[in-house]
Amino acid sequence: MTVAYPFNETGTLDLHEAYYDALTQPGLLRVQLPYGEPAWLATRYDDARLVLGDKRFSRAESVRHDAPRMRAAMVDGGILTMDPPDHTRLRTLVAKAFTVRRVEELRPRAREITTGLIKDMIAAGPPVDLVDMFALSLPVAVICELLGVPVEDRPRFRVWSDNALSTSRLTAEQFMASREEMREYMRGLIADHRANPRDDLMTALIEARDERDRLSELELVDLCTGILVAGHETTASQIPNFLLTLLDRPEATARLRSDPSLIPGAVEELLRFVPLGASSSFPRYAMEDVQVGGTLVHAGEPVLVAVGAANRDGLRFSDPDTLKVDAPPEQHLGFGHGVHHCLGAALARMELQEALRALLLELPDLHLAGDIVWKKEMLVRGPVTMPVGW
Amino acid sequence: MTWQLHVDKTVCGATGMCAALAPDLFQLNEAYAEPVNAEIEPDEVALDAADQCPTQAILVTENEKEIGPRP
Repeated sequence: MTVAYPFNETGTLDLHEAYYDALTQPGLLRVQLPYGEPAWLATRYDDARLVLGDKRFSRAESVRHDAPRMRAAMVDGGILTMDPPDHTRLRTLVAKAFTVRRVEELRPRAREITTGLIKDMIAAGPPVDLVDMFALSLPVAVICELLGVPVEDRPRFRVWSDNALSTSRLTAEQFMASREEMREYMRGLIADHRANPRDDLMTALIEARDERDRLSELELVDLCTGILVAGHETTASQIPNFLLTLLDRPEATARLRSDPSLIPGAVEELLRFVPLGASSSFPRYAMEDVQVGGTLVHAGEPVLVAVGAANRDGLRFSDPDTLKVDAPPEQHLGFGHGVHHCLGAALARMELQEALRALLLELPDLHLAGDIVWKKEMLVRGPVTMPVGW
Repeated sequence: MTWQLHVDKTVCGATGMCAALAPDLFQLNEAYAEPVNAEIEPDEVALDAADQCPTQAILVTENEKEIGPRP
């Protein structure tokens, strides 16, 4: 039986009950997304790790099919729709900028930014919109400095970024037009960096193109836009999501305030616990017949992976539906797995740690101060606005 | 000429990148990755894996000289 997908609802961070049913049964589900052909859906941890981490599953193949998807437009996703060795060629160019070591060098700057943002919030006086004044500002500032994008352009690229992650709000033509506008904007920045090289990732990528011919001009443009969007959108959603999850659990919040050394572990647990995605995206196509958790996936069939569900798999995690902020962190799939494991994982971790640290320690009575407006028709879940007081 | 592969278990994040990229060279157990064989014939993919590891847990050496990750 094929069931309609996605399951998760917007306006909440709950994992939909259909996932709980799936987690108790062997085999994969058969699902139909709003667009594209039907797909298999993996919900269990072991199955998810197999599909995401095995060369027999291809992302590149998805552009040659009517791939299961959330929106009308068929998008060549650049590095996201590549397999090794093409994927390796591009990923290697940017990997060094996002290693744990390099990201730690950015932590003092991130702390300085959060301190400034908290000061601005206090100066404005409660209630303030946490999303606008804090959750977006931190990752936008960090990725802009790292990549070499003027932070004052935020109002412009926010629109394109929202469009890039939207589902049914835009027609295919509108979606493509928005993407082209963003590319044009990035081409302007790249031209400026070519004329005036500086110490940032965009300049390094331009050198990789112009001096070593490691990537095409369009790959350069799409890599920069991809890093700009992915570099702030998900972290900006997870900061309010994590805070909401903690505010619902006053004991956990008090524990973190009394012992901030628990915050890095708590961030790992929150990455496991909070199902960010409204849907599963990025289908993998089987290149040969593969047995996945009791289901034979035939060559040429797509498989989607529900990482939010896999992160609550009782076969892998004990007491998976309880948030445990003071237990040793566990290996989760919040950043994916395999060659497409989130490029910005270390950066997101650092930003989430610094964000929670600043919010919890510097605003001891932080609380919701009005109704949340939730994202709708987006690939990720989270507040559009979240009024808070302290 | 052979190369040696090392994975530092204490920093490995088990992202699965190396095992997915080079399953002949690296395997992933529950908590960390390890080389399939500690000594290998020279293979560019080993250097790719070392370059891409987010925690820089992979070290490739030739006669005790570090050749990966590349600078």
